[in-house]
Amino acid sequence: MHADIESGRLNAAEIETNFLDMHPPLERPEALVEADRCYFCFDAPCTRACPTGIDIPGFIQKIRSNNTKGSAQTILSENIMGGMCARVCPTEELCEEVCVRTTLEGQPVQIGLLQRYATDAIINERLQLFQRGTASGKSVAVVGGGPASLSCAHRLSMLGHQVTVFDAAGKPGGLNEYGIAAYKTTHDFAQTEVGYILSIGGIELRSKQALGRDFSLASLREEYDAVFLGFGMGGVNALGMQDEEIEGVVDAVEYIAKLRQAENKADLPVGRRVLVIGGGMTAIDIAVQNKRLGSEEVTIAYRRGPEQMGASQLEQDFARTSGVVTRHWLAPERLLSDGQRVNGVRFEYTRLDENQKLQATGEYRELAADIVFKAIGQNVLWGTLGDTEESLALEAGRIAVNEQRKTSLEDVWAGGDCVAGGQDLTVAAVQDGKLAALDIDRFLRGSQNSLGA
Amino acid sequence: MADLSSEFLGIKSPNPFWLASAPPTDKAYNVNRAFEAGWGGAVWKTLGEDPHVVNVNGPRYAANYGNDRRVIGFNNIELITDRPLDVNLKEMRQIKRDWPDRALVASVMLAMEEKVWARLIPMIEDTGIDAFELNFGCPHGMSERGMGAAVGQVPEYIQMATEWARKYASVPVIVKLTPNVTNILPPARAAKAAGADAVSLINTINSIMRVDYDSLTMYPSTDGMGSHGGYCGPGAKPIALHMIAEIARTPDTADIPISGIGGITDWRDAVDHLALGAHNVQVCTAVMVYGFKIIDDLLDGLSNFLDEKGMTRVSDLVGKAVPSVTDWQYLNLNHIEKASINQHLCISCGRCHVVCEDVSHQAITHSVAGKRHFEVLDEACVGCNLCVSICPVEGCITMQPLTGGVDPRTGKPVSNEKADWTMHPANPLRER
Repeated sequence: MHADIESGRLNAAEIETNFLDMHPPLERPEALVEADRCYFCFDAPCTRACPTGIDIPGFIQKIRSNNTKGSAQTILSENIMGGMCARVCPTEELCEEVCVRTTLEGQPVQIGLLQRYATDAIINERLQLFQRGTASGKSVAVVGGGPASLSCAHRLSMLGHQVTVFDAAGKPGGLNEYGIAAYKTTHDFAQTEVGYILSIGGIELRSKQALGRDFSLASLREEYDAVFLGFGMGGVNALGMQDEEIEGVVDAVEYIAKLRQAENKADLPVGRRVLVIGGGMTAIDIAVQNKRLGSEEVTIAYRRGPEQMGASQLEQDFARTSGVVTRHWLAPERLLSDGQRVNGVRFEYTRLDENQKLQATGEYRELAADIVFKAIGQNVLWGTLGDTEESLALEAGRIAVNEQRKTSLEDVWAGGDCVAGGQDLTVAAVQDGKLAALDIDRFLRGSQNSLGA
Repeated sequence: MADLSSEFLGIKSPNPFWLASAPPTDKAYNVNRAFEAGWGGAVWKTLGEDPHVVNVNGPRYAANYGNDRRVIGFNNIELITDRPLDVNLKEMRQIKRDWPDRALVASVMLAMEEKVWARLIPMIEDTGIDAFELNFGCPHGMSERGMGAAVGQVPEYIQMATEWARKYASVPVIVKLTPNVTNILPPARAAKAAGADAVSLINTINSIMRVDYDSLTMYPSTDGMGSHGGYCGPGAKPIALHMIAEIARTPDTADIPISGIGGITDWRDAVDHLALGAHNVQVCTAVMVYGFKIIDDLLDGLSNFLDEKGMTRVSDLVGKAVPSVTDWQYLNLNHIEKASINQHLCISCGRCHVVCEDVSHQAITHSVAGKRHFEVLDEACVGCNLCVSICPVEGCITMQPLTGGVDPRTGKPVSNEKADWTMHPANPLRER
């Protein structure tokens, strides 16, 4: 049987409908009613649950009083990517999970949508709420163009430092631009947001500049007063099976990036039967987007149970209601092919033993597929990063940092997906960048003081 | 099923809910619709002498909103009827013929000259109305011309005009009082002294709604200028209840029948009015916000409530709460209550903590053993009821009386003997 892969499974209108805003923005009357549901809690659990510590009851109160500008200021001063986080945060596992309304009636205040209401109004209008600080005379190199880097750059600019952002990609934004499902960030919002962030001034963006190729960590340390590393993870984890390079086995991350950059989504090749291996957000995103591009049958195969999935329950439900079938307790054993292309995967059933350890059961099952997507996580491609790996202390394959996001080098900080112990969330990356910038500022001013003494 | 039929001053109506004299009772069309919907009676939009008044041709009403645009209060600068007297009288006559079982009351506002009353009162009564209501309450517009609240604020004027009405009317006379006074009792006494059969209260309260945030002028305005209006609706209810209770509990005014007006939106509001001394109630704002249909909830809500209380008729409820209203000086200072938080109902919003911390007596924890936890500290709680008032979960925080032992706050034993301010050692004027 031939692999059934073709583009144009759906017409342009169908695709447009399928890729509309996943959670349409609140209109003013809806926002006021929703804002009114907030109880303005003391020491609010939602704020505690927010990795960037946004004063959530505070910004909601300002929506209530029609002080949208003040509301956006409250959000963006803690999280300059509050607009994107409003769209992509797994709020059901963060602020909304702990909302006291959840306790009361199982229905949290829709914090994400309210945050979007407040920030969209400001970011789309490009209303500048932040000022570049008085020039400090210090310069900082920021490596990477994603959330951690841009957050760090923005805060450094607010603090008066001159920032140069080196981004390997053609467009800034990192995974916001290349990695997020299209229906979560419509109307080119990622670029609008980056434009808003850079408009503070004092930040020079150098695109298509890669660490390890165009410059080294040592050269940056030489040239700049401090360095922030936020280059993310360039590699996709391998399935660890024979013939993994065979035609039809595709990196989910790469396909999602293509989809985001496609002029015309209908031109993308789409398999009739799609198999996704993995259990995180990327697995959900690739599965649902394939379904929405017209795949007939999309299956996620995950080697553990629903509770162990990286994707939240809400995301899992979203996949289900989008027509994706998720099969649990299936570990890929080998790729099936006709010698030219993959045409399925043989799985072994798994189970957890009494110590919660995954065990193979010796039972097998085959699933046919025209395309198999790998979505089992990413890694830092140290091999491409020149002197970086040898210069820094690592932990579990990522950069080791302290609470202030400082690395083992006294003038180098790091944040986002490339550091150890993170949550792999946009919002966590933004917090990394912010904390690092504050610490870099202390470092730079400290050295200034000592120079003056 | 409780009997909701009402008899007020001998006027029978199928229920105690009348429409107050206001826009909803401006003409036959509206009153017909109201009676079709089930309202027990209507006080016609206030009549005056011809030539009839004119209204502004811009905004007459403005609202005070909650966040979802729920109307908390209303303000108006509408004057009395702006239609010729004979048109009103003709319609009233017809309405009374078509709806003989409903109460129809004529509200009047007349110049302070006896001959005007002598001429108009019999003419109006001839339509077949059940009673008069003398509008001594409207605080806007007409008061500038020496009528409405301008009369209601001077007991002597109330008495004089009420005497004229009483002299020329054969049906009952109700005096409608203005709340724009510091003490409601002198106006009530004046009405009684003049032979009024009843008082109705409250009329609207002097008010300005807000400013326009763009032009920074008063809102609403007529061609850039505004004038104060009369405030009414749910926000006005507590003011009405206080004045009604004052009349009902004061020995020399307690025998005046009261028609309660002010902020009645649902049946519970009616229970408040009735229990604090009103014999029937009048409604306007709720109809201006929701239309006549709200009568359904007023009727069966009140009926179900009476059934639950084992009461068979509305009069069983009238004045029930009046004996519980007293002066502060007679409150039992030995009675001690403490707030108590039901941990099963608590959703841990922490608002009780923060208000007690910022406002009251620092008597509610925010954490216990390092965990978020809200609990009352009896040794600090003064029983102020603030936490109960602001808790978003009904019934979660309650006040519990101390019935014995020692008050952990004062270290003194709880006394079951009553002791009020009149006998308190700190009172220099105490009764010995």
